[in-house]
Amino acid sequence: MSALRRAWARVHSFFHKPPLDAELEAEIATHIELAIEENLQHGLPLVEARRQALVRFGGVDLMKYQHREARGLMRLDILLQDFRYTIRSLGRDRGFTIIAILLLALGIGANIAVFSVVNNLLLRPLPFPNADRLVWIAPPPTKCGLSCATYSTDAYDEFRMYSRSYQDVTGYFAFSGPGNLDLNLGGAPIPATSIDVIANFFEVLGVQPAMGRLFRPEDGNNGAAPVIVLSDAWWRRQFNADPKIVGKAFDMNGNQTTVIGVLPPTFDFGAVFSPGAKVDALTPLNLYGPPRDYGNIITLIGRLKPGVTMGQAVPDAAAAATHMCWNNKQPGSCHQYTGAVVPVPLKDYISGKLRRSLVVLWSAVGSVLLIACVNLSNLLLARAAARTKEFGMRTALGASRFRIVRQLLTESLVLSGAGAICGLVLAAALIAWLRHQQALALPLLSLLHIDGAALGWTVLIALVAAGLFGLLPGLRMASGNLQDSLKDSGAGSGQGRKHERLRSILVVTEVALACVLLVGAGLLLRSFLQVLDVDLGFQPQHAASINVEYDDSAPNDKDGSLGAARRGVIFQQVISRVSAIPGVEAAGISDYLPLGQNRAWGLPWPKSIKQPENVHGSPLVYVITPGYLRAMGTGIRGRDISWDDGPKSRNVVLINRSFANFLDQYAHWPNHDAVGQIIGGNGQEMLVVGVADDVHEESSEGEAGWQIYYSAMQRGPSGAQLVVRTTLPPAVLAGTVLRTLRDINPKQAMAEFRPIQSLVDHANSPRQFFMLLAASFAGLGLLLAAIGIYGVISYSVTQRTQEIGIRMALGATMAQVRRIVLFKTLRLAAFGIAAGAIVSLLVSRAIAALLFNTAPSDPIAFAAMIVLIGAVAMLAGYIPARRASRINPMVALRNN
Amino acid sequence: MGETKLDLLQGTLDLMVLQSLAAMGAQHGYGIARRIEQASGDEVLLNQGTIYASLVRLQQRGWIAAEWGTSDNNRKAKFYSITRGGRKQLAKDAAHWQRLSDVMGRLFSMSPEEGL
Repeated sequence: MSALRRAWARVHSFFHKPPLDAELEAEIATHIELAIEENLQHGLPLVEARRQALVRFGGVDLMKYQHREARGLMRLDILLQDFRYTIRSLGRDRGFTIIAILLLALGIGANIAVFSVVNNLLLRPLPFPNADRLVWIAPPPTKCGLSCATYSTDAYDEFRMYSRSYQDVTGYFAFSGPGNLDLNLGGAPIPATSIDVIANFFEVLGVQPAMGRLFRPEDGNNGAAPVIVLSDAWWRRQFNADPKIVGKAFDMNGNQTTVIGVLPPTFDFGAVFSPGAKVDALTPLNLYGPPRDYGNIITLIGRLKPGVTMGQAVPDAAAAATHMCWNNKQPGSCHQYTGAVVPVPLKDYISGKLRRSLVVLWSAVGSVLLIACVNLSNLLLARAAARTKEFGMRTALGASRFRIVRQLLTESLVLSGAGAICGLVLAAALIAWLRHQQALALPLLSLLHIDGAALGWTVLIALVAAGLFGLLPGLRMASGNLQDSLKDSGAGSGQGRKHERLRSILVVTEVALACVLLVGAGLLLRSFLQVLDVDLGFQPQHAASINVEYDDSAPNDKDGSLGAARRGVIFQQVISRVSAIPGVEAAGISDYLPLGQNRAWGLPWPKSIKQPENVHGSPLVYVITPGYLRAMGTGIRGRDISWDDGPKSRNVVLINRSFANFLDQYAHWPNHDAVGQIIGGNGQEMLVVGVADDVHEESSEGEAGWQIYYSAMQRGPSGAQLVVRTTLPPAVLAGTVLRTLRDINPKQAMAEFRPIQSLVDHANSPRQFFMLLAASFAGLGLLLAAIGIYGVISYSVTQRTQEIGIRMALGATMAQVRRIVLFKTLRLAAFGIAAGAIVSLLVSRAIAALLFNTAPSDPIAFAAMIVLIGAVAMLAGYIPARRASRINPMVALRNN
Repeated sequence: MGETKLDLLQGTLDLMVLQSLAAMGAQHGYGIARRIEQASGDEVLLNQGTIYASLVRLQQRGWIAAEWGTSDNNRKAKFYSITRGGRKQLAKDAAHWQRLSDVMGRLFSMSPEEGL
């Protein structure tokens, strides 16, 4: 109670110093007067009476100090004093202050930005309640793309029934392409992207609507009225954030569809499940309708029961897998999921692949800050050297060593605090920019923001940085004999020499760190260039694609042949009209494009050869028209699909070289040539009419898999992507192509004409992103190291002005002086590079997994790094060297 | 100076100030200082100024109150008086001191042979 009262009184006193001080003065004056009076009464003369009164009182200033100490908040007073002093002294040295804060802002800002990305992807839980219980259920990767990563509706039902670890299991239809939803508001339909999800999807994830409701089980039943849930972004963009949208119905894909709810901004399907893709709306998946027999179509997501560990969930899923059938009506299809139902934490699925890159990035940006700190330490050392006299004076006036070190630490803290604030602004700008990079295929990007953890991190690194760069100068100050420094004339003394050695060590450290960063960035850059160099099996330049809508429904179409024939007519019309546009070299249609979605239909085997048991995988299926492969720039041996390969003709296919070679291992075709051979059995026989080049269908980096191309008039495509190869920039043709399509089919939506290159860029974007960041950090590190070298050499030139003057007076030429200074620079750089190269050799092995077709000890990256850093070092040293060679010996000798 | 005077233990000065005020009623700083010196028979080393730090501590704890007034010889001075809380604290501290000094007394009165 009384302690609390005292604390309050102290705070009160802290803010009322002047009146309290005046009162104390008056009290002391009275005290002394009373004492003098008493002494006079004892018969002392006035002078003696006053002297004795003062002696008995003790030192007046000391008493006042004690009183204030007892009364207020002394530490805070001192802190404020130090702070004011710091601001004044930094204000006087404006150039230094600006450079210091800039260095720190760059270092700290980059750190905050990277931390926010790391926090978003690795540290923070996914944006769902109890997200640690969410799992992604998929088979281990195999050679048939998305079709082997998904499950049939029967399998879903059985998994739900036989697994015990899960509170519930949900999933979504994995094969919806972009632009699959046409919104008709009158005028041309507006394309949007919608994903079919199982009705319990939001329940399992724990997502609540921002408005209206989400799906109920009956929404997915046969004959249910069509309903849709809008994403926050689409609701704002397309519906002007209409607050009364719930309950309104719109014509979507020709059906009156009712909006039942709007999702919260925190849930972005694309950001979580298909990074870089925009998903505008979600619709209920009818588990018991037409998709029932489509085969593998559903990706599974489960929520574990509370307390169930992954160790329990994995064997449980494996056990449930034995009960799962691809199709319940085909007993032979049961057991095919055995070993192919493996849960992994959802978060690992989403961001696990990025962990290594992010950790590398985090280390890189930490090194940048370290370089900035070393640099600043160096600057502060130079400043401290210039201030030894100031501190000597303060010591002489009674400041304790502790007080001076505290003053220096206050300076460091003020600098790092200011740097952190500027860095925070920098990071906020960077993050705002990053958040809107929709083309970047990184998950959860739209949720990126600076949160409390990032602010905490900022404070932490600001403190650590202040400690790092303030410690060395502080210790130096505290250890030196300050009295001596008052007598010391400064230049040329032993103290200066020692200082210079320390500063050189710091610069070597800096160069070594920059070196490691550069090598790392160089290796990543080499890898990226290697990725760009990969032969994708198609020519992405000068080609673009657009989603074509068509209606091939035919009445009384029993075997689909009428529809197929009609489709052929439509496609032929589309292609011939588009091909007639000036500038179009080739045009063709495929239902899927490489580096996008894919699917497989099983493994066709050479006719009359028995398929061995242990063969797995199946080729990815593309249903194409004549001209597609030419439009994509994929080479063919044999012939393309032709317009005559219709529903009534013999079934034909093209297969890619890898698949042909694989089959040839078993079939031993004459001349190892697949062209003219028959594959498939049981009335599904197909003539291989051509062998196509291997296409990278999933990523630029992975191996090309197996592909099979069917005729769009013999098999049902799941859409139509028109690919146009042109001599003109694709953007020029966009309007004409869309007009032509709308001319043929007025229901054609205003779809985007996307350059094929953008598919490749999208696939490469994570690598490019990491490479660019690593390169910028390395560049920053190099710049900082260059500043460090410049600082040290420049300082040493100033220190040795006299020596240089003497040398020149004794006949040294300008070139010789320059050579001396440059040699010194070179020595520093050489030490740094040597140390850096050794560390790089060790570090690069740790990032080997991130490299592509590049050895961790890639000589080109190492050599380029040495040349680059050497050149920059020489440049940084050349400026002071030039200055040194211009020294006028007369002036230099006369001074001092 | 002759024989060395007693250094004051930390906290004892506050207690002395409280006791003086309890015994003498309202008093100014000089009066308190003189009183302590006289009571101790000049055995205590006291810089008179140090009582002002003690006074501010006690006042901030609410154990004494202060008021400006006029002294006997017509000088403006700040008069301190003990509060009810101060008396309570004094009683507590005095009892504590008494016990401590009893213990110390017993301890010093032990003869070497009597040890444990």
